[in-house]
Amino acid sequence: MFPTTAGWALTIAVFLPVLGAAVLAVMPSDKDQLIRRTGVVLTGVSFLWVVAMTASFDFGASASLQFETDVAWIDAIGARYHIGMDGISLPLFFLTYLLPLLCAVYTTKILPEPGKPKAFLALMLLLQTGMAGTFIAFDLVLFFVFWELVLVPMFFMIGMWGGPRREYASVKFFLYTLFGSVFMLIAFLAIYFQASSTGMATPWDIVALSEVGIGASRTFQLWAFAGIFLGFAIKVPMWPFHTWLPDAHTEAPTVGSVLLAGVLLKMGTYGFVRIALPILPDGAMAFAPIIGVLAVIGIIYGSLCCLAQTQVKRLIAFSSVGHMGFVMLGIAAMNEQGIQAALYGNIAHGVVTGLLFFLAGSMKERYHTYEIAEIGGGMLTKMPKYGVLLTYAAVASLGLPGLAGFWGEFTAMWAAIDPAPALDAQYGGLYLALVVGAAVGTVLTAGYFLWLLQRVNLGTPSAKWADEKLADVMAVEYVSWVPLAVIILVMGIFPVVVFGVQDAAVSQLVGYLNL
Amino acid sequence: MQIDYLAIAPEITLVVTALLVVAADLVLRGDYKQLANPLSTIGAVVALGFTLSLWGDDRTSFITPDGDVLYAVTDFAIVFKVVFLVSLLAVLGVSWRYFAEGRYFQGEYYFLLLVSFIGMVIMPSARDMLTLFVALETVSIPGFIMAGMRKRDLYSSEAAIKFFLIGVLSVALMLFGLSLVYGFTGTTVLTDIAAADVMADPPALMLAAVLLVIVGFGFKVSAVPFHFWAPDTYAGAPMPVAAMLAVASKAAGFAGLISVTFIAFQPLADSWAPIMGVIAGLTMTLGNLIALQQRDIVRLLAYSSVAQAGYMLVPFGIAEATAGPVNDQAVQSVVFYLAAYALMNIGAFGVAIAVNRRSGDRAISDFAGLGARSPLMAMAMTVFLLSLAGIPPTVGFWAKFSVIQSAVGAATVFGYVLASLIVFNSVIAMFYYLRVAGLMWLSEPKESAVALRPGLQLSFVVAGLTVLTIILGIVPGLITDNTVETQVVATQ
Repeated sequence: MFPTTAGWALTIAVFLPVLGAAVLAVMPSDKDQLIRRTGVVLTGVSFLWVVAMTASFDFGASASLQFETDVAWIDAIGARYHIGMDGISLPLFFLTYLLPLLCAVYTTKILPEPGKPKAFLALMLLLQTGMAGTFIAFDLVLFFVFWELVLVPMFFMIGMWGGPRREYASVKFFLYTLFGSVFMLIAFLAIYFQASSTGMATPWDIVALSEVGIGASRTFQLWAFAGIFLGFAIKVPMWPFHTWLPDAHTEAPTVGSVLLAGVLLKMGTYGFVRIALPILPDGAMAFAPIIGVLAVIGIIYGSLCCLAQTQVKRLIAFSSVGHMGFVMLGIAAMNEQGIQAALYGNIAHGVVTGLLFFLAGSMKERYHTYEIAEIGGGMLTKMPKYGVLLTYAAVASLGLPGLAGFWGEFTAMWAAIDPAPALDAQYGGLYLALVVGAAVGTVLTAGYFLWLLQRVNLGTPSAKWADEKLADVMAVEYVSWVPLAVIILVMGIFPVVVFGVQDAAVSQLVGYLNL
Repeated sequence: MQIDYLAIAPEITLVVTALLVVAADLVLRGDYKQLANPLSTIGAVVALGFTLSLWGDDRTSFITPDGDVLYAVTDFAIVFKVVFLVSLLAVLGVSWRYFAEGRYFQGEYYFLLLVSFIGMVIMPSARDMLTLFVALETVSIPGFIMAGMRKRDLYSSEAAIKFFLIGVLSVALMLFGLSLVYGFTGTTVLTDIAAADVMADPPALMLAAVLLVIVGFGFKVSAVPFHFWAPDTYAGAPMPVAAMLAVASKAAGFAGLISVTFIAFQPLADSWAPIMGVIAGLTMTLGNLIALQQRDIVRLLAYSSVAQAGYMLVPFGIAEATAGPVNDQAVQSVVFYLAAYALMNIGAFGVAIAVNRRSGDRAISDFAGLGARSPLMAMAMTVFLLSLAGIPPTVGFWAKFSVIQSAVGAATVFGYVLASLIVFNSVIAMFYYLRVAGLMWLSEPKESAVALRPGLQLSFVVAGLTVLTIILGIVPGLITDNTVETQVVATQ
């Protein structure tokens, strides 16, 4: 539909949501239902646009940038408006347009206090532009601008529609992520000056920096990597920088949690793969064992925390810490399978955890609490369809083969057994230990999810809810959940739909790592 | 002496306007006195027109028989003058209703405001210590009076007295420093001072003299530890005057500071740069930490402006003793920061005036629920606060970016330390900016909240500044692509 040289198509895709936010802003705020439906139309239009772009994507050449635009932006510092899409960007970009559509559908029926769908949807659309831009920006400055763009809408989303401790959670989210990202900016600037000193013409350009390398000493790379690491690790979030996440997730409205888990966290891992590794290969090589250790600590710590949680939503939030640990373990392996696993795990976690947060939100709509003990058991008899969906999402999340969650975790461990040769020679034993630790983590993950299912799904409804009439899955919920459930199944049976798209791009990227 | 009248046309325009305002005030009675405002606005617009027409000309004026340039209208100076004149227009916009309703001394106020701005537009062009000194005093002395304009308010009198006493003290120190510098070098012309023999091997007393001069400007830009006057003076002065002092007067201080440090004392940079760096770190950290505690919006903005001065002082901290890309970058980043700062800070003061003028007190809690009461004003304030905090896509982000860029670009450990300090401070500052933003959108309005009546001029100014803050946040090139060419000593 679009030629793959059509850079304008990508620009339109990124800024359509802003346009949508402007459309919403001028609508009269008392037309509640009209606004909610317009939200669906607006997100639907940009989703269809991205579907058309995906259809015209040249999958045979997924290593090269398609829909590329590269024009001067700020001459004074040499920053360029360089956007494009390759096999690594495409799945994440697609997810960034699918989830808001499902969220908009969900919002037509369900929106927490204080309502105000106009502001809510407008913020969601602004957030969408920030997230989408991050995945297709190929200029460090542009990347950073999009990266920071997501903070403000998410802050207000948590702060206005969140739970009882929303103010604390929203401020913590904002300050924590800001802290990391500003260090990242310093590292970007250091890279810029280093690249300029070698006479590079486009010292902000991610492609050029990856291809040519910045010719920096190992010490420089270590420091620069440390700065970037801080920014990305907080976003992922890696243990011990994860403490903002459970608070943000617990307090955020359902849609906020879905987007946070589904897309926002992915920006961190994407950043590692796209920027930190290829531009600073020596720094990455030195940091890889540290990343691996932190990742496995995250897996085990996250799982243990899950076992201790009494609230459904907080449990899912901590499970994200564990799952992102697997993603980071894949990155720590520094080989092709590892990166593939990380990016696959990224998408899988986005879809599965997105669905889990939707389910948790709807649980709250019905039981008015997240407390497992108060909900009691018997959901399968009380709301059979809902109970089945919850089981499905939970087993997908714990990594049952045949569903999406499995491939990311399995491949990550497989890759880490045999990491990049340089790492294998020096840290072979450590990596083996890491894989063992991660394997223990999978058992714990299965443990807490099955225990959760046992507590809420099985058994008989408690006395409190026995006579209460609770609606089973509603039509809007089907519309927003079924696409995710289908993707989970398809990704589980045909993992090639994601692996295949990324393959060429990942091979090229690993080539930059001078192993 | 050779005088190029076109080069000083903006200054002449402002002088004529100031005199006209005084004359008009004698004639006008009652409500007509507020016509001094449009009259001043016309003068400012004309002066702005003259200034813009001088862009790229590199004119000089007041050339001595020896060929020393005492007054240089370079692009560097013009950027500053544009910032001043746009600030003047904005301050006039937010002043109108405030002074017309309060029945203050309108004629006197507008006259003093114009005189103060005359001093400012002279400052970046002055290439002679004495001219610089006169310009600094022309900025300050009307400020002392304007700060005390709410005569019946004790706080206003306190503001004026404090401002005056500390101002005079620092000026005395500066004059002492100037006399020592003159004694060592035998000249007051900036470029000649830099070329003087004593610069090769400066005695300790010379270094002390340099610091004394810097102290004088440190007072003007409210750098720690010379900042004590700022919060009390801002809080007591009429709010438009506080906006003027926080932005324009501070920018003038920076213009003078740049001329002195990067022209006259550049050869001694190895001595003063580390001191400036330490002052920068202290200024931003203390300003931000104290701002966390404030309950009064003007005091919050005052301490935030102290912290902002700290960011702007960072590029001085990495200056080198020889002219080169590091120093050029340092100057450009300060200039850009000032331009951005003027937009966002006057905007924030403008909204504060709109919100607090009628409620009487200036509590931050007056902002509660502003999003529901007046969404556009709340939106504007949010943009300004985010910009002050340095979040894209606002111009404040690029301002911070350029300052960090100059600190990192020096590629010294000290530069990286300063850059990291900016990072820590950005996070601290974000906390109190977010608190106000959160209060506006996430809290319910107070029972006693009165409706806003911002007035046409103020709304127009706030809207214009909001749009500029965002547009320049998306395409900062509109400013940077020009400032990047400016050099403080383009005539050489």
